[in-house]
Amino acid sequence: MNIQAYVVLSAILFTIGCVGVLTRRNAIVVFMCVELMLNASNLALVAFAKQHGNLDGQIAAFFVMVVAAAEVVVGLAIIMTIFRTRRSASVDDASLLKY
Amino acid sequence: MIAFWILAPIMVLAALGILFVRKAVHAALLLAVVMISLAVLYASLDAPFLFAVQIIVYTGAILMLFLFVLMLVGVDASDSVVETIRGQRILAIGAGVLLGTGLVVGLGQISLGTAVGLDDANAPGNIQALADILFSRYVFAFETTSALLITAAVGAMVLAHRERLTPKARQPELAAQRVKDYAEKGTHIGPLPPPGVYARHNAVDTPALLPDGTAAPTSVSRVLIARGTIRSAPATADAIDEIEKQIGWAPHSGGSGAATPPATTDEEAPAAGDGA
Repeated sequence: MNIQAYVVLSAILFTIGCVGVLTRRNAIVVFMCVELMLNASNLALVAFAKQHGNLDGQIAAFFVMVVAAAEVVVGLAIIMTIFRTRRSASVDDASLLKY
Repeated sequence: MIAFWILAPIMVLAALGILFVRKAVHAALLLAVVMISLAVLYASLDAPFLFAVQIIVYTGAILMLFLFVLMLVGVDASDSVVETIRGQRILAIGAGVLLGTGLVVGLGQISLGTAVGLDDANAPGNIQALADILFSRYVFAFETTSALLITAAVGAMVLAHRERLTPKARQPELAAQRVKDYAEKGTHIGPLPPPGVYARHNAVDTPALLPDGTAAPTSVSRVLIARGTIRSAPATADAIDEIEKQIGWAPHSGGSGAATPPATTDEEAPAAGDGA
């Protein structure tokens, strides 16, 4: 049982999430791509837990999930607040500090 | 390993789909595919507890939260294709390709050897073994997590809460406002007209017709107009003409008793004429 394939898959998913964060304009989709990156790192953690035969990796993945849940709650609340004041969920519209 | 080779292409395709779909709802559904596949991969990696947590927390709670926010944000959620920084998309894709090939090639170079496997670690059962570690070595991190979760819950409530700055407009105020609008701007004082009621179609997406034959825009919901899902009454009448042509019956040429096909009744002929 070789876990290298799992790690490669995790790297690919992480890269796709990265490109998504950089290219998409909708704040909610950007957020989904951040979740995709977190999930990819979780896959690597669980795979390495199996490789090394101890459960620390699974514990780390569990903590990542908890932090991701908290992050999503606050992040989506921020997106909702921005949408309420600007009627837009685009990451380009909230650029007041630029001018 | 079979589960992996089946799910890995699905996951990569779904993840690439998130990059390319236009609608945020489709991106959320593709993300659900990735997350459920990940849960199955966790199960195949001897992590049954994380399999359950992945499905309950990620697909159950987090993705539902995403869909809920998408519902509140609504139609506007489509993505704009205009680049605000020139060349940013090309640069981002180039950087992504570089990162991806670097990672994959780098991982291809190393050899991890055979996996130790979790049979020993999972000997008392996966959940029991995880609890053992969680409540001994990681107990401080676990307690800190509770502070994080409470902060997140309070933060979400503070962010989502909106203080009412003006008193709520009630029936007397609304009525006074209507009369004021009528006096100043000539706005119609009565209720809005209902949608059109025709013989073959009386749904809320069909506008009523004004005496001059044009559609009354106030008779249908603004949301339906914005989405462009309005059905026009004359178009429905055209469809009726088409149907009548197909069943070989022309009610407009003769009277209701001139040609009576068995498929329709006499009452429908003048009513269809009214709709047109």
